[in-house]
Amino acid sequence: MPFAGLIFLTSGLYMGWSLGANDAANIFGTAVGTRMVSFRTAAIISAVFITIGAVISGAGAAKGLGALGAVNALPGSFVVSAAAATTVLWMTRAGLPVSTTQAIVGAIVGWNLFSGYPTDQEALTRIVGTWIYGPILGAAIAFALFFVVRFALNRLNIHLIRLDKYTRTALILAGVFGSYSLGANNMANVVGVFVPASPFVDLSVLGVTLTGTQQLFLIGGLATAVGVVTYSRRVMMTVGSALFKLSPVTAFVVIAATATVLFLFASEGLEAWLQGMGLPSFPLVPVSQSQAAVGAIIGVSLAKGGKNLNLTVLRNIVMGWIATPTSAAVLSYVALFFMQNVFMQQVYV
Amino acid sequence: MKKTDETRGLFTSKAKTLQLDMDRLFSLVDQCALLLEEAVKKYLQDKRDGFEEKTAEIDKMEHEADNLRRDIKHRLYAEMLIPDSRGDVLGLLETLDNVLDTTKHVTMSFSIERPDIYPFLKEDFLELTENCVKAVLELTLAVRAFFRELYRVTEHLDKVHFWEHEADVIEERLKRKAFTSDEIELFSKRVHMRYFAERISMVADEAEAVAERLAVYAIKRNM
Repeated sequence: MPFAGLIFLTSGLYMGWSLGANDAANIFGTAVGTRMVSFRTAAIISAVFITIGAVISGAGAAKGLGALGAVNALPGSFVVSAAAATTVLWMTRAGLPVSTTQAIVGAIVGWNLFSGYPTDQEALTRIVGTWIYGPILGAAIAFALFFVVRFALNRLNIHLIRLDKYTRTALILAGVFGSYSLGANNMANVVGVFVPASPFVDLSVLGVTLTGTQQLFLIGGLATAVGVVTYSRRVMMTVGSALFKLSPVTAFVVIAATATVLFLFASEGLEAWLQGMGLPSFPLVPVSQSQAAVGAIIGVSLAKGGKNLNLTVLRNIVMGWIATPTSAAVLSYVALFFMQNVFMQQVYV
Repeated sequence: MKKTDETRGLFTSKAKTLQLDMDRLFSLVDQCALLLEEAVKKYLQDKRDGFEEKTAEIDKMEHEADNLRRDIKHRLYAEMLIPDSRGDVLGLLETLDNVLDTTKHVTMSFSIERPDIYPFLKEDFLELTENCVKAVLELTLAVRAFFRELYRVTEHLDKVHFWEHEADVIEERLKRKAFTSDEIELFSKRVHMRYFAERISMVADEAEAVAERLAVYAIKRNM
């Protein structure tokens, strides 16, 4: 692979780092913040299972994102990814809720506008639709799971000390599932735009063949792992102790519900099974993990009687649907112009 | 800690051992309360040897409970258990210790001061002690429920409040009798009767103080 190819991948690596630092932290935030799970355990599980999820099941959501617009030149992919990453950084600094999914979608639309390729309206509707279904589904699953867990706890009469042990195990298992689903669903945001212009060729090691795309997802996974190890601790502490005051048991409900939403929108196996049964399947597109999590928290809050429901959170979600993709699209368009006309790089074919 | 050691096996988990030790601590509170009733009964029957025996037993149990509580506290932190409700559990154990301390103090005061209980007040003293003991027994049921059956905590706490109120009523009645009766000639004796009525009643007051805290902890623990 030429050196330039590696340079162009750096923006994707930054997105991967950001995914590890922020989104992975959402999974184990409460568990680590409340000291139910050590940071070391959380970091190892996140890094390993995000990478596994990305390599095994990341392609499905990447295809869904690819349908929106296949960025077909590596410098173009670099700019699209960098524009999305910069938007994420800005929005985070401004204290606004941000989703890497919405940023990358906006940046791809910016590329479509610049290159003159049409934006697949159907794909766009499908993806934007999940921004609405994602939080609603998260809320519905968390709402139902809350009652299941409460019913079980009331019936089983588990001693507090023993419950503590079971909760730790449950948090770790939910964390494994959450990390796998995050890798499977959201790695498309990190490396998805590089897929059509992937500089990798198939590689066989010890009889195992890794396709060029899988290698791309592996690199994305490793960048995420670096994000987890280097930066997520601070975010976990914030999530666990400041933002959402969840008990370890309700944290488990939120994590499991969020992971389920991400899994539903990432599993090719589930899609095939549902279609085989003649049932409607979930579109395989990246969904916003943080918004699914907020949806799940709202679900728990409603299950508790809706007393602590914060309507500003809902307003911010809706604002995010508009502000993030618009900023990313504008930024992507302007940056592509500079890349093409100032740095003389071909940003589309 | 004899009972705990018997139940501890080679393969008993840390969680199980801690659970057993907590159960042992609650059982010590129960036993101390029952011994208080026995001790007061013996004292009122002028069976001084029996009374001193019960007092010594309470003293020993209170000491054992102190050690057990310190050990549980240490293990909760050292083994990083229940980080979320650790503070509440420790608060609960500390205030539960106040019940034991007060119980011990009552029998110790009887043993040291040897008050002359007037026959017309004996029945009231006994009834007061019985109600205080009932409040403590109901409290330990509530505490046990806090760890296992959260939804039952409230029903036990309601009973703690009931018995504490009953104890207050008897305490007041006893004090009125002591200060209005012609049978007691010296003012100091009347004050002494009042002092002991208040001392015994404090056992129920302490039980109610724990109950107040427990009610808050139970709300916090509720999913």
